[in-house]
Amino acid sequence: MPLTTAKSTGTTTSTAPAAGVRGAALDLDAVTIKFGDFTAVDSVDVSVRAGEFICLLGPSGCGKSTLISAIAGFEKPANGRIHLEGQEIRGASLDVGMVFQSSEALFDWLTIRQNIEYGPKMRGVAKKERQALADEFLSLVGLAHCADQLPRQLSGGMRQRAQIARVLANEPRVVLMDEPFGALDAQTRQVMQQELDRIWRTSGCTVIFVTHDIDEAIVLADRILVMTAGPEATIKSSYDVDIPRPRDEAGDEAIALHRKLREDIGAEVRKALQGQGLTQEGS
Amino acid sequence: MTLAETKPAPARPASDKSRRRGQKPNMTGSLRRGGLFIVSIVLGLVVWQLVASHFGPALVASPSETWQGAADLWADGTLWQSIWASSRRIFIGWALGVVVGAPLGLLMGRITIVREILDPYIEFFRFIPPIAFVTLAIIWFGIGESSKIVLIFYTSVFVVIINTISGAVSTDETKLRAAASLGASKSQILRTIVLPSAIPHIVTGARLAMGNSFLTIVSAEIVAAQEGLGALIWTSRNYGHIDWVFVGIIVLGALGFLFDRVLRVCVRPLRRYGVKV
Ligand SMILES: Nc1ncnc2c1ncn2[C@@H]1O[C@H](COP(=O)(O)OP(=O)(O)OP(=O)(O)O)[C@@H](O)[C@H]1O
Ligand SMILES: [Mg+2]
Repeated sequence: MPLTTAKSTGTTTSTAPAAGVRGAALDLDAVTIKFGDFTAVDSVDVSVRAGEFICLLGPSGCGKSTLISAIAGFEKPANGRIHLEGQEIRGASLDVGMVFQSSEALFDWLTIRQNIEYGPKMRGVAKKERQALADEFLSLVGLAHCADQLPRQLSGGMRQRAQIARVLANEPRVVLMDEPFGALDAQTRQVMQQELDRIWRTSGCTVIFVTHDIDEAIVLADRILVMTAGPEATIKSSYDVDIPRPRDEAGDEAIALHRKLREDIGAEVRKALQGQGLTQEGS
Repeated sequence: MTLAETKPAPARPASDKSRRRGQKPNMTGSLRRGGLFIVSIVLGLVVWQLVASHFGPALVASPSETWQGAADLWADGTLWQSIWASSRRIFIGWALGVVVGAPLGLLMGRITIVREILDPYIEFFRFIPPIAFVTLAIIWFGIGESSKIVLIFYTSVFVVIINTISGAVSTDETKLRAAASLGASKSQILRTIVLPSAIPHIVTGARLAMGNSFLTIVSAEIVAAQEGLGALIWTSRNYGHIDWVFVGIIVLGALGFLFDRVLRVCVRPLRRYGVKV
């Protein structure tokens, strides 16, 4: 696994990409999101510190994607407000980048380099500078050797790294990630988690990371938020994770936290399943 | 990464490449296909000959008569002149149809107000065959080149628009969102995301439009043209030259085949946009 060798960790200390970029604080204030009459997310209040790494856990279908789509500006809250450093979020913006679960989000007709240069190019960054940016982030995610390949020529894990590089090259202050490693096998996912931890520490941006995987949350998060089962989902509980990084999910603290989280989410998952069972009987 | 690279994904590009480059594995396949093509042509000629001798030269020209007719027409320059005149009209009208239809389709696909304004007209005119407009075209544009080019344009533009719209509408939502959050403006998204995503549909539209153009050229040239394959077919009938009619028809079909082949070669560089040819 070359990714975890001394060579790639070496880049952590030697280059400091996006040194000028710092995370932004986020404030969600009674955010409610509806689809027609259906209330997916109901009055969520969350404050995220600048540079914090938040993991969002919750049963399937509770509204995690919906909530971060609203933070990205793709969905407009029916009620409540989302502020980034005091500025209300209205629509997609350069400050908030999104890594999607599906690598369909990459532009298949552009090479990896062109994908990474896309944001800067749209902003009108000069060609030289753009190339320098691309080189920087290509090596940050360890894709320099396949810069000129098309997304379809890469493996799933490499594509997700390309997505991460593309978002970071735009120097967003908040990075949203919707189960970015959900489609990867367990081992690739573990490597990617270590990589992400390293990248996050270098870039200093705020991250909100959606996942189903409790261990993944424990390895990555400063704080874990658990959502209730939908509809009308909201934040049920919040766990601070004070384990020194890089973390080992087999440590005692991690195991204790895992147990607590499992019970907490398990209750919501049962509720979600029960809810589905009841509606089946009712109809 | 070693882990990732052993995943199935790289297997596909590899087989892609071997399909693209590899003449060797296809050698027997293309030999076989070539052989079958010859068998098919020979069979066709035999059937044609049988039909011709059954009905006699007044109704059906035999292969050899047709060949003789073609040689005569070629010798006096009529055949080449007809091919050139028809090809030119088809190419100009069709190209205009693609150049006008594709942008209109993109705008209609992504901008609701444009779609709502233009949609009734598209839905109306696409059911009216160009032959219905032949007379009007001649009255409005004269019997010169423009009336034929306009008719070819007419028959091309709608099919390109409709295919482009379906491409623009089906642009992947994730890509649109990704582009927006990477800072692309509405018009940048149209140019850099919607257009590339719609290219396979535009190519399909263009190929269908080419077919339509060949269907239309004959009716356009029958009514008022001195030259062209349609005119050749029509005037030969008036002179009772069944063999020349056959020549016109066969050349028309071969020309269509050739145009489609050329088009397919021309769109090869668009492969990375997902064009399958
Ligand atoms: N565009 C939409 N229109 C209508 N309902 C929607 C839409 N998007 C999501 N929903 C509904 O909102 C709820 C939350 O969906 P969401 O995708 O946010 O869940 P999730 O927590 O991300 O689930 P998963 O973990 O499976 O990805 C679901 O009940 C879903 O059916
Ligand atoms: Mg989701």
